Amino acid sequence: MNNRVLSLVLSRLLIALITLVIVSFAVFFATTLLPGDTATILLGQAATPEAVEGLRKAMHLDEPALFRFLRWIVGLLQGDLGTSYANEMPVADLIGGRFANTLKLAGVTALFSVPIALTLGITAAMLRGSLYDRAVTVLTIGVISVPEFMIATSAVLIFAVYLKWLPALSFANEVHSLSDMLRIYAMPVITLTFVIAAQMIRMTRAAVIETLNTPYVEMALLKGASRPRMVFRHALPNALGPIVNAVALSLSYLLGGVIIVETIFNYPGIAKLMVDAVSTRDLPLIQSCAMIFCLGYLLLITTADIIAILSNPRLR
Amino acid sequence: MTMTTTSTSTTSVRKSGNRLGYRFNVVGILGLTVILSWALVAVFAPLIIPYPVGEIVDLDYFGPMSHDFWLGSDYLGRDMLSRILMGARYTVGISLAAVTIACFSGVVLGMIAAVAGGWLDTILSRFLDALNSIPSKLFGLVVVAAVGSSIPVLILTLSVIYIPGAYRFARALAVNINAMDFITVARIRGESTWYLIRSEILPNIVGPVLADLGIRFVFIVLLLSGLSFLGLGVQPPYADWGALVRENIGGLPFGAPAVMFPSLAIASLTISVNLLIDNLPQKIRDRA
Repeated sequence: MNNRVLSLVLSRLLIALITLVIVSFAVFFATTLLPGDTATILLGQAATPEAVEGLRKAMHLDEPALFRFLRWIVGLLQGDLGTSYANEMPVADLIGGRFANTLKLAGVTALFSVPIALTLGITAAMLRGSLYDRAVTVLTIGVISVPEFMIATSAVLIFAVYLKWLPALSFANEVHSLSDMLRIYAMPVITLTFVIAAQMIRMTRAAVIETLNTPYVEMALLKGASRPRMVFRHALPNALGPIVNAVALSLSYLLGGVIIVETIFNYPGIAKLMVDAVSTRDLPLIQSCAMIFCLGYLLLITTADIIAILSNPRLR
Repeated sequence: MTMTTTSTSTTSVRKSGNRLGYRFNVVGILGLTVILSWALVAVFAPLIIPYPVGEIVDLDYFGPMSHDFWLGSDYLGRDMLSRILMGARYTVGISLAAVTIACFSGVVLGMIAAVAGGWLDTILSRFLDALNSIPSKLFGLVVVAAVGSSIPVLILTLSVIYIPGAYRFARALAVNINAMDFITVARIRGESTWYLIRSEILPNIVGPVLADLGIRFVFIVLLLSGLSFLGLGVQPPYADWGALVRENIGGLPFGAPAVMFPSLAIASLTISVNLLIDNLPQKIRDRA
């Protein structure tokens, strides 16, 4: 690793940090656009003006927006996420366990989707133009062009209604055995895997095909290397960077998918918490959840970029 | 170099004898047909629906497909076919309005950034990149939480979400064109920035930009449906296709047709747009 790579990586991290500041700014001000006064909403129509004024003071609502923003950011950095409007519990307590649940769901999905997607993507690229390749391409385009909830409802129709293997839209909180565990995770994971894997297959296939079109692979073909040798020894090591980049980018689609999947299957994760918070207009909760999501998204995108930089041999 | 390729492609098309100069294949035409028929449905929906949208016409709820109710009935016993046909107005209309605003603003900003360069380019790119790193569904959720959901808010939110993508795409194309000799010549002639954008750059990127508009339209339809499915998009009594799925999700355990058909309507629209884009004549797609 030389100075050039180091400075590129550092500048990428700096950009991520600046982006995070802009994003937190956007999230804070979007949520304070709320028409009506928060204190009045909290106390209801019958509250006396004195009570509203007292609450406004206590919540620092009488200060300029910029001060409140800085106070909020400092609080976030110290781990103080504020108090929920809806049930007056600290937001950190509400999020804690839910966040772990979402991470578990995302982890299990990644565990399944990455190997499946890489196998399908690479083999489709190797057999480019064949019937198999066309079938994979049509399938991925089909999955990408339909909304996530359609994949979820189709999965329920197939596995719960017609085959009767799994329970429909129910979620049990108590897990007693491995089979319970499987039944809970099966449907959300199947849905998410479809969504993520389709993206990943497309990107992986494109990355491998691009490498297969390079002059050095043509050279390997001309000198008489066998097809597997050509792909595994010559093409794949060079496509590794773009592939890992594609994996990280596709994993960022988990965020969108998880919002739909947790809602439809009633999974007690952070996305469900956020959708519920939106319907009760629980601003501190929405802000914290939004920041967690943006942070995760930014983390994945930045990782993808840094991997792309590190894997580029021209910069080494 | 572009000029020579353009001229050879026009001559070759002329030789083929096609008057319009565009050759479509069957799949592309199929996609276009489906899109046009949904557009017609959206315009003429009130004239062709068999039953009034809000009226309870079936005694049974989640009724099966039958001669009277071609696509079954919904959770209140309303005719599903009528509701889907009317839903096309909201899904197609909102998405079309949003994609027009997004692509227009994105492309104009992109061309300005490419031609002007310098600090304007840097600031615009940095800002829109930051906007781009907010996941789209999350952005929608936060805005809906803040200002509530109405159709103008939805159109604006959806277009703001997709401006950065359109900007990035148009800027990348325009930067390539900007390096061409005829731009330098125009600059030396003393033409204004506005002239450069309108008469030199725009005609050279319009094909790919139109293809990009189609792809972005698909994204917007999917996001709008997703938001409506979460109950944050089009609000009752109106319903777009995503909201129809949400209303009838209770029929899922019985496999009611009311759950699947709105999803199928979305899928038919988005897949057709993708097919059309993939099979666009080379001349439109790869103009730049």
